Amino acid sequence: MSVSLLAQIGQMARRSILQTLRQPAMVVPPILFPLVLMAINVGGLEAATSLPGFPSDSYLDFAIAVPFVQGALFAAINAGSALARDVETGFIKRLAMTPMQRTALLLGHLGGVLVVALASACIYTAAGFAAGMDFEAGVAGVPVLLALAMVIALAFAGIGAYIGLRSGSGEAVQGFFPLLFVLLFLSSMSLPRPLIEQDWFRLIATYNPVSYLLEGVRSIVITGWDAEALALGFGFASVIALIAVTGSAAALRTRLVRT
Amino acid sequence: MSRFLDVTHAVAWRTIHNFVSNPAFFFPSVIFPLFFFTAFAGGLSSVGDVPGFDFPAGYTAFQFVFVLMQASAFGGVFTGFGIASDFEKGFARRLLLGAPNRLGILAGYALAALARAAMVSTLLFAVALATGMQVIGGGVDLFGLVALAALVNLTATFFAAGVAFRTRTIQAGPVMQMPMFIVLFLAPVYVPLDLVSGWVGAVAQLNPFTALLEGGRDLISGQDFPALAAYGIAVGLALAFSTWAVRGLRRAEAAG
Repeated sequence: MSVSLLAQIGQMARRSILQTLRQPAMVVPPILFPLVLMAINVGGLEAATSLPGFPSDSYLDFAIAVPFVQGALFAAINAGSALARDVETGFIKRLAMTPMQRTALLLGHLGGVLVVALASACIYTAAGFAAGMDFEAGVAGVPVLLALAMVIALAFAGIGAYIGLRSGSGEAVQGFFPLLFVLLFLSSMSLPRPLIEQDWFRLIATYNPVSYLLEGVRSIVITGWDAEALALGFGFASVIALIAVTGSAAALRTRLVRT
Repeated sequence: MSRFLDVTHAVAWRTIHNFVSNPAFFFPSVIFPLFFFTAFAGGLSSVGDVPGFDFPAGYTAFQFVFVLMQASAFGGVFTGFGIASDFEKGFARRLLLGAPNRLGILAGYALAALARAAMVSTLLFAVALATGMQVIGGGVDLFGLVALAALVNLTATFFAAGVAFRTRTIQAGPVMQMPMFIVLFLAPVYVPLDLVSGWVGAVAQLNPFTALLEGGRDLISGQDFPALAAYGIAVGLALAFSTWAVRGLRRAEAAG
């Protein structure tokens, strides 16, 4: 009896969610750490709002975008580690002997990670409102914010899955985390690009796609409906997601051929 | 005394050798402080234009002191990781059996942490000066800054060693890392204390690390330096955590 692709994806997603929820270390830091860092930065950098040209009166409105991208980085590590563990423990080898489709394995994993990422994004949004965030886009902006957060999470989870499948080592996936963190820090994370004084830093931030992901999320909070920022945010996130998921599918194919 | 020094020398040499000869340990320790320095001093330099920000040596020097203290503290934390890892591999237990003076083990790890922080700090100084960091303080001030960073390193080493001796597993890594991270960042990292707002400002007033950080900034900018308060806190913390580490060592001995 053949099981439909959708049911296979559902089973794999369920497994991925349960695996994550059963390990508090995979749930608590991705939610708590970005919020703690944001809270610290809001206190430390509130004075930056008095710089001429700063786009908001409150640093919270500016900084709330960071947890969404930082949470996505954690999603990348979770997705990569989970797949690497499946390679290490031989689960993928055993799965290869069943009629399960490769697509189900990958999409199921990513689906599970996205569910956790959605929960995280809802918590970040609620924390922002609780802390007094001034949300310019109004009620309709909330689903758009969550949708963008999901595409960003998919993009990073895809990268994590690619690394996990290529390396087959959880340690290697963990080793990539600092590299992803560097991308976040070398972006317009702390100040808007026009206010970055150092030319070389502004140049890196301009070429760094993470800046556009942050600015997309930030535009919903600060500006309301900024078509260009949203198009760039969704556009960059979608392109990264497409490349990463395609790469992961290829890596999975190679991994299964090897087994 | 010679037994103590022999054990100290042997443990320090081994730990430093492992650090220098293993790229997986060496490069992150060197690259991360440089990266933080680049990200903070480069990306946030316009914060130095905020009204009320009047640090004479400029924003690069302002951030340099934080990154120097952070690198020193994390040099100590990473040494704690090494101790925990030595326990997991069984090496530390053999060391406890073989060492004629066990306090020498702690002293050896602490000496290695200092050497490690010295290497990273030297590189950090070189990069900061090469990229145009302004130093107004004189030679004595800079020596004072280095001494302050060394005390921060010792405090962090003793704290992390105390955790490692008690838990004897690398899984306790977050217990060593997170409190240090929180203490460091709940200080005036980006702007002077007067400009830090909200609850972070209130916590920073009470955070002992604030006095060390601001003291270091006074030294690099040649301003009046409250030496008694800064060094008093630094030495007090180092002594308090050395007691914590020695007690941890005794627990590890008792655990066998």
